[in-house]
Amino acid sequence: MTDEGKALSQPEEATGPSSGRGFSTGDLARVSVFAALIAVLGLPGALNVFGNAVPITLQTFGVMLAGAILGTWRAALAVAVLLVLVAAGLPLLAGGRGGLGVFVGPSAGFLIGWLPGAAVTGWIVERGGRNPSVAWLLTACLVGGVGVIYLLGIPVQAAITGASLGHAALLSLGFLPGDAIKAVFAALVVRGTQRAYPDAVPAVHRERLKAAGRR
Amino acid sequence: MNGLTGAYVPGGSFLHRLPAGVKLLGLAVSCTALLLSPPVGLAGAVAVVALLYAVSGVGVAAAWAQIRPVRWFAVALFGVQFLLVDLPGAVSSTLRVVLAVALAGLVTLTTRTAAMMAFLERCLAPARFLGVDPFRLSLLLSLTLRSVPVVAGLATRVREAQRARGTERSLRAFAVPLVVSALRHADTLGEALSARGLDD
Repeated sequence: MTDEGKALSQPEEATGPSSGRGFSTGDLARVSVFAALIAVLGLPGALNVFGNAVPITLQTFGVMLAGAILGTWRAALAVAVLLVLVAAGLPLLAGGRGGLGVFVGPSAGFLIGWLPGAAVTGWIVERGGRNPSVAWLLTACLVGGVGVIYLLGIPVQAAITGASLGHAALLSLGFLPGDAIKAVFAALVVRGTQRAYPDAVPAVHRERLKAAGRR
Repeated sequence: MNGLTGAYVPGGSFLHRLPAGVKLLGLAVSCTALLLSPPVGLAGAVAVVALLYAVSGVGVAAAWAQIRPVRWFAVALFGVQFLLVDLPGAVSSTLRVVLAVALAGLVTLTTRTAAMMAFLERCLAPARFLGVDPFRLSLLLSLTLRSVPVVAGLATRVREAQRARGTERSLRAFAVPLVVSALRHADTLGEALSARGLDD
């Protein structure tokens, strides 16, 4: 079946890697490694920055990183891949959670919100040019990684629990300071990464791909 | 690192033998029914879910492991609803959440990860019309699974380097090297795949 599928799509792929939304193998590798990175940031024992007292999950931090480094489409795809694997029953979410329960549970909306959250973060960072400032990155992380995720998470939580929007917002309020801090760290870490590895800026990466496509 | 085995519990009940697609459809229907059902219906739903768990024979420990993640949320929700609405409202909204999670958990417990992934891949097959190759999608999924232990290994190495430098408490000293090394790994991996002709 796979061979057939490959043969069918070959004519389209002749123009694939150089066109904006086509996925080269380089993109494929980046997407899967970042999906894995988000999973690893939720592994117990991988990181306990503040000791074990504060059960902080760094996975939304990973979502912001993916958005800011991969750009709109690749980031959304990385989150989608992770969610498909979680739906298949793999314990890839923080605390070893996984399976279909998380998609009908109270935080389902926050989880689904990672998808547009990463995409919006990427979209904003892509508009920051070749050298986005920390302030720009922070804006992207706050809008995409916090704002968009809450915008989806709170109404879905209200719908699932049958509570009013206000009550759901009240329940989520406790997580807001932590998420804001994560956005600040994400902006600093992305800035550091992009200094050390310029190809981690979506705009630079795209230019490089374009240049490579013109061989 | 814990193994990526999923939560599947082997067994031979009729729930184990149902195809993954049927179970997912059943889950979608019953979750909608839970949302719309009156409080009286929820009492019946509790009995049905308990019966299904008994029939599946997955055991109490596995069942509890599925519900455990929402236990504190259930308590908080019950408290808030009890204070702001009333007792019946609190009971029914808490029950809805717990029952939906229990049902979804049951599907996960009785379906092999491979079967579920095959079903999800089949669902994604129409993406072919958007110019996405199904072969690439399954490569993407398996590559991600393979990357989890690799990135976890990178994280351990960065942790050790941090300990040696005495910067254990700095998130930046952890995340920047981790992300840079993950990106390096990804780009090398991409070149390796390209060299093996996956771009053609």
